[in-house]
Amino acid sequence: MCLAIPGKIVEISSENQDSALVEVIGVRRRIDLGLLQDDKPAAGDWVLVHVGFAMSKISEQDAADQMNTLRMLGEIDGAMQEVQGYGLEDREIDASRLDYKEPIQ
Amino acid sequence: MRRLSQLRTSQGSNGDSDRLMAAPATFSDVPVRFRDSQIEMAHGAGGKASRKLVEGLFAPLLFGTFPGPLSDAAHVEINGTKIAITTDSFVVKPLSFPGGSIGELAVNGTVNDLAVSGAKAEALVVSFVLEAGLPTSVLEAEVRAMAKAARDAGVRIAAGDTKVVEHGKADQMYVTTTGIGRLLPGVTINPGSVRVGDRILLSGPVGDHGVTILLARSELDLEADLRSDTRSVFPLVETLVKAAGPGIRWMRDPTRGGAATSLNELARDCGLGMVLFEDQVPVRDIVRGACELLGLDPLHIANEGQFLAVVSPEYADAAINAINLAPGGSEAQVIGEVREQPAGTVLVTTLYGGSRIVDMLVGDPLPRIC
Amino acid sequence: MRFVDEFRQPGLISKTADEIRRLAGTERHYRMMEVCGGHTHAIYRFGMKDILPENIELIHGPGCPVCVLPMGRIDDGLAIARQPGVIFAAFGDMMRVPGTQGSPLEHKARGMDVRIVYSPSDALKLARLNPDKHVMFFAIGFETTAPSTALTMIRAQAEGIRNFSVFCNHVTIIPAIRAILDSPDMRLDAFIGPGHVSTVIGCRPYEWIAHNEHKPIVVSGFEPLDMLQSIVMLLRQLKAGEAKVENQYKRVVPWEGNRAALRAMADVFQLRPYFEWRGLGFISQSALRINDKYAEFDAEQRFVVPGIRVTDPKAAQCGEVLKGVLKPHQCKLFGRECTPEHPVGALMVSTEGSCAAYHSYEHRKAAMVTLTA
Repeated sequence: MCLAIPGKIVEISSENQDSALVEVIGVRRRIDLGLLQDDKPAAGDWVLVHVGFAMSKISEQDAADQMNTLRMLGEIDGAMQEVQGYGLEDREIDASRLDYKEPIQ
Repeated sequence: MRRLSQLRTSQGSNGDSDRLMAAPATFSDVPVRFRDSQIEMAHGAGGKASRKLVEGLFAPLLFGTFPGPLSDAAHVEINGTKIAITTDSFVVKPLSFPGGSIGELAVNGTVNDLAVSGAKAEALVVSFVLEAGLPTSVLEAEVRAMAKAARDAGVRIAAGDTKVVEHGKADQMYVTTTGIGRLLPGVTINPGSVRVGDRILLSGPVGDHGVTILLARSELDLEADLRSDTRSVFPLVETLVKAAGPGIRWMRDPTRGGAATSLNELARDCGLGMVLFEDQVPVRDIVRGACELLGLDPLHIANEGQFLAVVSPEYADAAINAINLAPGGSEAQVIGEVREQPAGTVLVTTLYGGSRIVDMLVGDPLPRIC
Repeated sequence: MRFVDEFRQPGLISKTADEIRRLAGTERHYRMMEVCGGHTHAIYRFGMKDILPENIELIHGPGCPVCVLPMGRIDDGLAIARQPGVIFAAFGDMMRVPGTQGSPLEHKARGMDVRIVYSPSDALKLARLNPDKHVMFFAIGFETTAPSTALTMIRAQAEGIRNFSVFCNHVTIIPAIRAILDSPDMRLDAFIGPGHVSTVIGCRPYEWIAHNEHKPIVVSGFEPLDMLQSIVMLLRQLKAGEAKVENQYKRVVPWEGNRAALRAMADVFQLRPYFEWRGLGFISQSALRINDKYAEFDAEQRFVVPGIRVTDPKAAQCGEVLKGVLKPHQCKLFGRECTPEHPVGALMVSTEGSCAAYHSYEHRKAAMVTLTA
């Protein structure tokens, strides 16, 4: 039960704080912000829209972090091979446990 | 898969078309294969249900024992001259929408059906079914639109008929146009001639018309700067024929049911596979956005100003270059090719190696929430 | 399209697929279930199976609210709508679902006032626009959609609207997952967790899956990169012998969920003691009903419903397919008596249902492979 689309808030209605105009590449739709009362979005924010309601704010930071993590896939391998080339094979490094945000020791 | 001999006896082939005129001796013996107890909206949507109705009820009773591939127009020969003839009804709500109205659709739709069967439309006749209570201003606007569209398309509206029905029995107006045209020399449309390696061409972005209509029905709270793509495709078809005539195997205008339905019909008629490259199918961003929002596939959405063509590989480059250079053809693309597998099916492939089968439309394209 | 296209980049998809192949190796066979129908649909739409290695098997779970709705409930909803002056409003997904006497669309063809809506608020709007009619909204969906239905009733009450009711078929996801895990023929290694349900309930409700059942679960987004990344995360856990809840869909899913949405649900709904899930049988505490405070909007209170149970034909093996025990094409009726045009069972009815998805997207590809093999 899951079709939800990211949309950018273009305008929040002046008469009704819970009503906003959201845009998805040029298509505009009026949606209800009532489920985001605790964390009210502003114009310019991105929200996830499902059946005409905003369900959640989209964190651009988290999206960017995710992209970085994905881009680094495979680079860990490259780094591993380089490290092994330095004669550090006796130290067991399990690539699957590495947190990408930390530099490889 | 249709046997080639059966294909030759049906519409669109040289020399055999007068067999259409002779009434088969055994009309009454042809079994009706249509099993549904009543007609549903789906039967008019242009997809599987529509095809079942035509193949199962109309074709056996009207066209005789050989079902053959269904094409947009029939070819008849009168005293040595080959003529194409076609008819279409226009039922659209709202009557008027960004980019056009029922009047334009009625003219362009029939001109296009003739164009993709390789014919230049010469004359149309039009029939109106009008609802009592329809404001004259609305009717006049539509008739003006038809006149303009006919002028733009270079076709004559030769005659007409009008009926009026009680209020509530027609959605303001229904229009039917029937057109005749002269076959262009040097082109034969025949699904049986499609071969592995042929290229699939699309004249421009898909989905504009259908999404415009969906948005124009105010039930949906969506606004977008989108217009119907209704236009005569004949100039581009003519360009294509001039550049690649001998290489053209098949053409169709993907109206109801969209490009997916037209290509599925071709795939079934020729028994080969239509493989499309998703990133090469032209779709406007705004149509993509609307389709994502509604859970629709642009390949299933109706178009009123585009056509598909299957062209042999030797002529494909010349074909696409010529169309791209012609007015209104800059967005045309080669969107795929014909392969042996998956037979009788349309397959869409993605850049990263994924693929999916796109079926004929089942019923009306219903927006999806889930 | 922002937040969509980035997660469909071919280069990154290939890279992530390579990482999956590297992690999955060749010795072990992995069985992962994606619970949510939206994930099932995405898997087919993006041709995900073509890019995953052979030893990763994706099992489709029961997270398709249309699929698990018993036919009797559709009959009940249509029975209410048959009353004079009632408008039947529902999402597009419901329109072709057959009841014993036809689907809502078929009823529309026979003269019933049936309208497609894209939001529960559209249904309420219909009520405002048609004061002389009664609008009955046929509500379906998991916790993703229930809050919107709830908020709509809260608003309807605040406005004093009298001609609106909801026929509530909302179900909850956790009991469905529990039913899968309790099933004796089920062998699963891990779960691809529901993405949008989790925007409401958060990630905590899945902790028992990791702690008690020792299965890793990664809450996943719906774009190809999301699902591939989730599989990477699951493989890492499995190889390390771990079982925990992870959130891959961080940009959208808050760990604690959406408090305002949960409040709206708590205000309007309560759990039914039990509810029948098509293919899975009766599951306790698995569905929502409207509580007394909003009884005026409860279609089951305002109207008499037949409440007749309709059982599926014995030959239909929906239950086994729903639980992932059988693949769609292994059901005897698949592709023969049961097709998207003439669905017999629940899973063929919705575009998200595994049988429908498999039929439309997949099974001719399988035929193609056999031919070329």
